[in-house]
Amino acid sequence: MVRFDNVGMRYGPGPEVLRDLSFDLPRGSFQFLTGPSGAGKTSLLRLIYLAARPSRGLVSFFGRDSSTLPRAELPLLRRRIGVVFQEFKLLNHLSVFDNVALPLRVSGRQSSDYAEDVIELLNWVGLGDKITASPATLSGGEKQRVAIARAVVNQPEVLIADEPTGNVDHEMGMRLLRLFVELNKLGTTIVLATHDLQLVRMLDAPVMTLSNGHLHIRPPRSERSVSGGDADSPIPSPLAVREAVESGAAFETDLHSDQSEDTP
Amino acid sequence: MTIADQSGQQVSGPLLPPDGGRDRPLFLVAAILVFLACLSALGARGAWQASQQWTSDLESSLTIQIRPVEGRDADADAQEAARIALTVPGIDKTVAHDRTHAEALLAPWLGQDNLPDDLPLPLIVDVELARNEAPPLDALQSAMDAAGLPASVDDHGRWIDAVRTSARSAQTLALSLLALLTAAAAAVVAFAARASLVARLDVTDALHLCGAEDKFIAQLFQTRFFLLGLKAGAAGALVAALVSMLVSMGESPADMAFFLPNWRLDTIEIGLLIIAPILAGLTAALSARLAVTADLRDRW
Ligand SMILES: Nc1ncnc2c1ncn2[C@@H]1O[C@H](COP(=O)(O)OP(=O)(O)O)[C@@H](O)[C@H]1O
Ligand SMILES: [Mg+2]
Repeated sequence: MVRFDNVGMRYGPGPEVLRDLSFDLPRGSFQFLTGPSGAGKTSLLRLIYLAARPSRGLVSFFGRDSSTLPRAELPLLRRRIGVVFQEFKLLNHLSVFDNVALPLRVSGRQSSDYAEDVIELLNWVGLGDKITASPATLSGGEKQRVAIARAVVNQPEVLIADEPTGNVDHEMGMRLLRLFVELNKLGTTIVLATHDLQLVRMLDAPVMTLSNGHLHIRPPRSERSVSGGDADSPIPSPLAVREAVESGAAFETDLHSDQSEDTP
Repeated sequence: MTIADQSGQQVSGPLLPPDGGRDRPLFLVAAILVFLACLSALGARGAWQASQQWTSDLESSLTIQIRPVEGRDADADAQEAARIALTVPGIDKTVAHDRTHAEALLAPWLGQDNLPDDLPLPLIVDVELARNEAPPLDALQSAMDAAGLPASVDDHGRWIDAVRTSARSAQTLALSLLALLTAAAAAVVAFAARASLVARLDVTDALHLCGAEDKFIAQLFQTRFFLLGLKAGAAGALVAALVSMLVSMGESPADMAFFLPNWRLDTIEIGLLIIAPILAGLTAALSARLAVTADLRDRW
């Protein structure tokens, strides 16, 4: 559903930040994107969510070539992608409710027919009591969850999350990861960029690693040969994320029970 | 919490945050421009009305001038001319004026009581024409000549042309001013809209990335600037109305009379003052829309 063919990207006259990227994101997949800070993770994601065009090569999205995409079609494609931005991009003059409802509002829907859904979603991410608050008054973890709620409120086919655990402690990071896994189970294609390798080890998912502008893709552990040595041997997940998700029940109550601890 | 009470209290805030007084200078400039534009428009209308009034007065009348001739009784000549004129077809009414009237006409230039009693003065006979008749200029002059009166008939043609010409140039001036002021207002608003867009890049960025169409974002700015133009326009038009009212109620409106109408509650003038703020709002909305869409187009 997202395809890169020999993609290169540079900012202005600078050096290429990304070089010769070729990959395919299958529908319904869950991918990690890692690499040290400055490796080009955000740049790659910007290419995916159509905020930037490649300097060379081909990026196609739902079969559309991004370099020839007319501007008028951009908004409709955007509505099929949910993005959790590294710096959130929340609007402080709007309430948490309005921030989350933004994608619905810009697509012309009336608040009377989405209010219930938005409130339900806010309850689901454990922000049921912050509905009327301004994002400016929230903690890092709470903002992160508002940003995530806004990214998924439109039920996008692809969810792109740029360092969604970058501003929260490990415990909160684990809870957010569980949320993404849950969404992936519901059918959303997910690309999660993080430089936190500990987080990456929690899931058995393919990992795209950026270094020196090149991309290296490592398949999930379950698809690697058993004889391949122990360098990437499965590490037991301390929180047993997948089991927790599969059992389902613990998820929501868990998220609600201790919201206060992420306040710095 | 129940969904009902929650959704009941969800009043969505405006997507564009209030500008917090940033647009107050713009409001002032727009109000001043609309004020001047209203005065120009009222002036154009005033000039048109005055010229209309004057030319129709001039066109529906003739003047017979009785030249003073040594040894003739000018007053008797004037009475005679008035009587004879009435017999000419197409003439409704005549009034012969005496020497006092002639002196009164000269008073503004020569002062009261400064004229020697024996200074010969031409006397005036006003002739009112029947409506819709071509002025019987030649018939009247021949009637005067036939009666042997030292009279000459004047149809005011020179004056009518002069009034029309100056009314037309006053009107052209006022309308050019109006065009210039509208252009200035549009430019100022376009500039302000762009500044407001730049100040709110966070909002447009978030809206854009959430899938908002350009016209949705432009609409936000357009609405804001329409309201601003409307309010500034209303303020400007109100002040213009007050000023023209004060001028026409003042002691000597004569100097301004050509540019400002006598303040009667004329529907066209009231209409003008009501339309001005709406036009200001539309001008502001249009220039904001053009500025914002041009800016957004540069982004992809
Ligand atoms: N808008 C920009 N203009 C110029 N250079 C940029 C811009 N954004 C990112 N870069 C450069 O591109 C490189 C990759 O940045 P980024 O994609 O943000 O990496 P990451 O998200 O992995 O930290 C960095 O060297 C950064 O300085
Ligand atoms: Mg980044």
